Amino acid sequence: MTSPDLFRNPLFGVSVTVIAYALASAVHRRFHWAHALLLTCGGIIALLLAGGIPYESYKIGGDLIAFFLGPATVALAVPLYKQWKRIRSHAKAVLTSVAAGSICGLASAGLLVWFAGGTRLVILSMMPKSVTTPISIELSRELGGSPELTAVLTVLAGLLGSVIGPAVLRRLGVRQDLAIGLAMGTSSHGIGTARVVRESELQGGASGLAMALAGIFTSIWLMPVYWWLGAHAG
Amino acid sequence: MRGLAILLFFNFVGVFLHQWARIPLPGSVLGLILFAAGLFSGIIKLEWVESTSHLLLRHMLLFFAPVVVGAMALSGVLRQQWLSITLALVGSLLIGMLITGWTASALMRGRDDQS
Repeated sequence: MTSPDLFRNPLFGVSVTVIAYALASAVHRRFHWAHALLLTCGGIIALLLAGGIPYESYKIGGDLIAFFLGPATVALAVPLYKQWKRIRSHAKAVLTSVAAGSICGLASAGLLVWFAGGTRLVILSMMPKSVTTPISIELSRELGGSPELTAVLTVLAGLLGSVIGPAVLRRLGVRQDLAIGLAMGTSSHGIGTARVVRESELQGGASGLAMALAGIFTSIWLMPVYWWLGAHAG
Repeated sequence: MRGLAILLFFNFVGVFLHQWARIPLPGSVLGLILFAAGLFSGIIKLEWVESTSHLLLRHMLLFFAPVVVGAMALSGVLRQQWLSITLALVGSLLIGMLITGWTASALMRGRDDQS
């Protein structure tokens, strides 16, 4: 048996994650259908299972990597600032549509899980899933959901949106580049943005702007939910 | 390093406000709002932070990969509640996406008619 102390060294979790990410990015550059996130996480999980390494040991280093989610969230202000200058002539349409879309997205997410008989943990983890992963993880933690479940749901929402989003929007009457970008960024965050940035620069810019705005709006819309949960907790 | 220092400073101020003033927004989101205010007001110059921000945002996937790995302990929840999870994922994606798209289209059309 190998020494378990080695796996409890933060260097283990950090290096495994960075190596898996670097390999996955290289594979993704060769084969575009291979999604870098699925490869990174699949590789790490396979290694932990094969080596009988407990997740708690990996997490010691993994938490150091996840630390950078904080400054990365703050950095979202840069695309917000740059894109805002380009499309501020449509300020009212941008702010109204992202505000409306994010409140409908989070309310319908919670209601649909509740309606289908899901547990409280799944309801709370589902509500913030439309916004960019670092923000959805934090919102889930604040609500008392499972940040890990929310991370998976967020990624799935992004992947689904990037696959069906543009076609569904066009078929249902959303044809302007700006509107498509805003809808993608609000519902499918960074993964949706990566999809439409290939279509047109305006779609990508609007999507990146909407992704940062939706993160802020969703955080604000969830404030009454905390109070409600607090009042019913005891 | 100046870019990272500025981002960490705003992140810290956000976390501080969240804990000390009990503002019910995540510390990182408060940091994002304050940092955006800094950029829009001109206190923070874009070129100080642009390359660091670009680097962090480009590799966002790396930073949340450990959290996704943590979900392997949740496979039981996913298996038991796959129906409610699938329904809510697809349904709320379509609702959030279409409401945003239709609202934006309607407001832009209204504006074009006037001009």
